[in-house]
Amino acid sequence: MNMLARPPSWGDLIRPDRVHGSLYSDPAVFEAELQKIWYRTWVYVGHESEVSKPNDYVVKSIGPQSIIMTRDGDGAVHLLLNRCSHRGNHVCSFEKGNARSFTCPFHSWTFANDGRLMNYAFPDGYDGQERSDLALARVPRVDSYRGFVFASFASDGPSLKQHLGGAAETIDRLVRTSPEGEVEVTAGFLKHRVKANWKFVLENETDGYHPAFVHQSIFNVAESGIGGLYGSKSTAVTRDYGGGHTEIDLRPEFRKRDQPMSWFGTTAEKLPDYVARMEASYGKEAAREIMIDGSPHVMIFPNLFIAEIQMFVIQPLAVDDTVQHVTALQFKGAPDLNRRLRQQTMGSVGPAGFLLADDSEMYERSHRGVHALKPEWIYLGRGMHREGRDDLGFTVGHATDEVPSRGIWRHYRSLMEAP
Amino acid sequence: MLTRTDSRSLLEAVQAFLFKEARLQDEHQYKAWEELWTDDAIYWVPANGDNIDPEREMSIIYDNRSRIALRVKQLMTGKHFTQSPQSRLRRIVSNIEVMGEAGDDIAVASNSMIFESSLRDDTIWAAHNEYRLRRVDGALRMAYKKVTLVNNDKALYTLSFLV
Repeated sequence: MNMLARPPSWGDLIRPDRVHGSLYSDPAVFEAELQKIWYRTWVYVGHESEVSKPNDYVVKSIGPQSIIMTRDGDGAVHLLLNRCSHRGNHVCSFEKGNARSFTCPFHSWTFANDGRLMNYAFPDGYDGQERSDLALARVPRVDSYRGFVFASFASDGPSLKQHLGGAAETIDRLVRTSPEGEVEVTAGFLKHRVKANWKFVLENETDGYHPAFVHQSIFNVAESGIGGLYGSKSTAVTRDYGGGHTEIDLRPEFRKRDQPMSWFGTTAEKLPDYVARMEASYGKEAAREIMIDGSPHVMIFPNLFIAEIQMFVIQPLAVDDTVQHVTALQFKGAPDLNRRLRQQTMGSVGPAGFLLADDSEMYERSHRGVHALKPEWIYLGRGMHREGRDDLGFTVGHATDEVPSRGIWRHYRSLMEAP
Repeated sequence: MLTRTDSRSLLEAVQAFLFKEARLQDEHQYKAWEELWTDDAIYWVPANGDNIDPEREMSIIYDNRSRIALRVKQLMTGKHFTQSPQSRLRRIVSNIEVMGEAGDDIAVASNSMIFESSLRDDTIWAAHNEYRLRRVDGALRMAYKKVTLVNNDKALYTLSFLV
């Protein structure tokens, strides 16, 4: 085990161009992350479209904790901890459904889908006990941005809007890919488990250096246009929005191509219905720009990764146990595009995906690798000499530079050092 | 209606086909395995239950014939790192039943249990398999294979060998 003497000084472990290997392998670091990151900062939980009808529910998570996302009869969305207030049983053991209430099977306590305790069995055993003290626990702060529901276990702190900062614009860009300005999460999730630390997954999402190598097998046989986006001659940029949010902005490459839908490897002619709807919604010129720029490639810290056509949610279970929940993004009002999005997503991601099977292999090999104790550090200095600033003042670098990792770790350090 | 002898010989032919497929998969004979498929083939590994609609919801694999070919091509590059080194595999195929016949097509069901040894660890996979086999020029081919993993509702490790 790569264990350190406690307590660590985070500044000793996280330096501008390198981080210590123990940050990925030490169980004590993982426990500290749960408290300082997962149970404090804003974390993505689910999408409003997953509970589209009154009384719908879906079971989600924050780290290892099971969270029931419900929509009550009046349409309000709630995030309830899946733990009976009596003896701790899960009150819900189905992944999704429609229910006004949840009855714990252990002693038949029944909770409304807004968390209120409605009834307990044999009430004469509870002489005068106030029911309102025994509701299901709620995540203290819940907010949503364009349908994406986030939560924070901290009862105060930055607002969701402050947390998203400049990265909110990437979500604006995402929803504009829909002629109705809305994303839907309706295609079900693949759940891909890896024996690796969650930060190997997090950092890989906006690492533009690996695709040319890790994904060469599929780039070589699939006649995909993706490979060139991540070559040494690419004009795409990596961006650090602050707050741990990072992006690979592929628009410079797509704008060079100047072909609508080229970002998705197709042409406007093959999606006539979609193109017509986009033009009707945004006007011909703006629609053309949107369809050239494409959907973003952005990692919203710590767990929401939007990869153009699909969305991943990272769930850490233990220091060496991580699940990626992944689904095809579905754009409201775009059935012909959505069908292709589902098919392409199934081919590329999940346990048998052409891309993710190789990514997951790298996470796991890296995780085993850092158990060797020398050279101690993960070196993240690529492109430090050529970092720049964009018009809005965000740090940018070459598509293959490690601007995103450095940004993630800078924010990580600030969270871990916070009192 | 088949006679008793006919149904026994059909079952024997089906069984021989499934055992051969299992051997080709276990031994990573990608090309020979690909040649078992018909041109209109569907290779389907659902997620989240037995009866999802693969046209609407995510499956672990939902390959048409050209995507089966792409899968095999990727494996044959030698740079599909999840299979380099290759998993060591042995599977048991059992409970083989002929479920029905229609023209040249034969509906077949079986169970399989697969032991995989990879760099990550040893993993056991268990599945119910549904096939539509077809008589083509006196031999059997696969037109459809659905692999329903027993634990397909859970988070699964990488599944990059031929299942």
